[in-house]
Amino acid sequence: MAEMEPIDREEFRQEARAWLKANFPPALTNVPGLLFQGDAHAAAANDDYQLWRQRMTDKGWGVPTWAPRYGGAGLTEAHGKIIGEELAAIGGFNPIRSYGTMMLGPTLLEYGDEAQKLEHLPFIASHERRWCQGFSEPGAGSDLAALQTKCIDMGDHWLVSGQKIWTSGADQADWCFVLVRTDTERKQGGISFLLVDMQSEGIEARPIVLISGSTHFCEVFFNDVKVPKGNLVGEVNQGWTIAKRLLQFERNSLSEVKADITPLAPLAHDYLGTDALGRVDSPDLRARMVRNAMRHEAYMATVRRLAAEGKNGGPSHGVSALKNLWSGIIQERAELLVEIMGAYGLGWAGDPYSAAEKEATRAWLHSKAFSIYGGSYEVQNNITAKRTLGLPG
Amino acid sequence: MAVLNEEQTMLKDMASQWVRDRLPVTALRGLYDHGGGGLSGSDGYDAEAWAEMAQMGWCGIIVPEAHGGADFGYLSLGLVIEELGRTLAASPLISSALVAASALRLAGTQDQQARWLPGIADGSLIGTLALDEGPHHAPERTALAATASGDGWTLSGTKRPVQDGMIANLAIVAARTSGAPGDRDGLTLFLVPTDSAGLERQPLDQIDARRPALYRFESVNIAVNDVLGEIGKAADLIDAIRDRAAIGMATEMLGSATQAFDITLDYLKTRVQFGAIIGSFQALQHRAAELFGELQLTRSAVETALAAIDADDPALPALASLAKAIAGETLHRISSQMVQLHGGIGMTHEHDAGLYLKRARVAEQCHGSTAWHRERWARLNGY
Repeated sequence: MAEMEPIDREEFRQEARAWLKANFPPALTNVPGLLFQGDAHAAAANDDYQLWRQRMTDKGWGVPTWAPRYGGAGLTEAHGKIIGEELAAIGGFNPIRSYGTMMLGPTLLEYGDEAQKLEHLPFIASHERRWCQGFSEPGAGSDLAALQTKCIDMGDHWLVSGQKIWTSGADQADWCFVLVRTDTERKQGGISFLLVDMQSEGIEARPIVLISGSTHFCEVFFNDVKVPKGNLVGEVNQGWTIAKRLLQFERNSLSEVKADITPLAPLAHDYLGTDALGRVDSPDLRARMVRNAMRHEAYMATVRRLAAEGKNGGPSHGVSALKNLWSGIIQERAELLVEIMGAYGLGWAGDPYSAAEKEATRAWLHSKAFSIYGGSYEVQNNITAKRTLGLPG
Repeated sequence: MAVLNEEQTMLKDMASQWVRDRLPVTALRGLYDHGGGGLSGSDGYDAEAWAEMAQMGWCGIIVPEAHGGADFGYLSLGLVIEELGRTLAASPLISSALVAASALRLAGTQDQQARWLPGIADGSLIGTLALDEGPHHAPERTALAATASGDGWTLSGTKRPVQDGMIANLAIVAARTSGAPGDRDGLTLFLVPTDSAGLERQPLDQIDARRPALYRFESVNIAVNDVLGEIGKAADLIDAIRDRAAIGMATEMLGSATQAFDITLDYLKTRVQFGAIIGSFQALQHRAAELFGELQLTRSAVETALAAIDADDPALPALASLAKAIAGETLHRISSQMVQLHGGIGMTHEHDAGLYLKRARVAEQCHGSTAWHRERWARLNGY
């Protein structure tokens, strides 16, 4: 990564600020970007979002560090960070951010051939192609390498059969990166990494209703799906290595700074009242909130520290420890928020409950997934123990 | 680790090597008697090693160049303190080179700085803070009385514990010049040579084999120009000094926790039971992984706080309390787990686990406990 001189940094910051101010649609200020990231229909129906997406695509700033031929702007990480900071400062979001930019893109840059990069990266950089991740199976959750989706070499194409589950956004995705079994003799060594067009004949995606009411996750069925030979990334049976790298990118993105977390204190004052000294009037709950808030602050400092240390320019094994800190702290916060709201934090629908209360309830239920997806809490601890700490077995 | 420049990297490497050679844990063990108490007649530190530390310039790292220091910043001083914390090296570096030097930097007049800082910087003089009077840190409850007499002041009362109090030459003493215990108004700081008439010092035989002291002031006369800062308005200054002290202590605790974790991890990789290396058991692997995560939070909180002093960050008070509280919680857990995971051998005085456990609890109380700093952080953040 090229160093930036302090003066360049300031100049670029001014340039980024001016461009963002001129181009970010004011109507989208403080609108959660996740809304469009998770919902293709909401994205398609919103003209401001489409305008913003097109402008960022043309500028290459959705993926600023990617080369221009792949749809990026060819900038350094430091430039990218400044764009992110300036965007956050005006209450904006990156309209290009997606599974494609966070997970598949970085993986293709390392393992894809030039044809695959040119075929897919520009469409990720414009967010015209939505991706989903076909990894987990009914019999392969934490033990991902037990996956059984068959992939047979038919000479001029691959033939894929099997079932995936917990596939985020599969019902709205255009493409899927899938882990398939190309060798039944070897467990990890018999897996390949395949890019599959979701329009292919024989694919069916069915949404699953979760405890939070969300239908974001799907089951995906592959029934003798034909996939072109050129869609296999890396070598045959190299998929596990590629998948591990991709999962590092995933953990890295999962544990990115979430700057939009509002302090619990004002809410606690409203719902619990204050004592004569102006403190939250529940010593026990206050103590637990404070501990959580302090750990959250230390976690944010950790994200900044690891970014500054910039180990090898990519995610490291320490990411597993970071993901567990993140999921633990955020889950506890979600529990605290519902507890602060008391009986009002337990509504599902209807007027008597405010929008913020209902949102807190759903967010709390949704947060239970944080320590399960992207490698469960227990799997992350296994990884930390073995790879980072060098413990045996 | 924070991102270091070349000079800082050299300083860290030098400190790491020197501490391992010169003040390994066995040096601290030498300050204990065979039963696990402090050695009778011990000063709680190694005077020759201290002289070497001074010679390497460590006592003057944050002292301005005009007064014989290097003006190299708190993050740099923190690199040395963290290394000392790794081996539980007993020295008055925090008390003198960080706390006393900070007090003089923050509020000393030109004359006061010229009189005291060069001695602190070259190690010929040891300074310390005499603030606490009871079992818990509570500056506003200061009762030690300062009454105007003639041109100066007369101090009467007690201080306990005074860190490195038996070897200090200069004590920065918090006293009450007006108001009642509990008031933030009416506090004043005094620069008191410890050989002043009427000041009696008694060593405290503490579990960590250091020698803090109980100071008894009986009509100790202080000259008017030995007032540090403004009369009756020292509460904010005391907070600023204590925040730096707490960050220094948190830095030592980061070093101790890191080393305690490393030693324990080594043990998990070598001890065999049930025909297997115990580190292959998942219950112990997960405990180690969780402690590793806590260490990450601690390093970030500590390094952020050190950098905040150097940057004169207005958020310093909250960051100081964050660092001390997080370091306190982490070291508490890791030092207890160090004993637990070593099993029976960890209970013996012969093993180092007990030394880490004992120093941990002392450090947790020093310059505001974990609970004190959590409460302060809560108030600063509107809880």
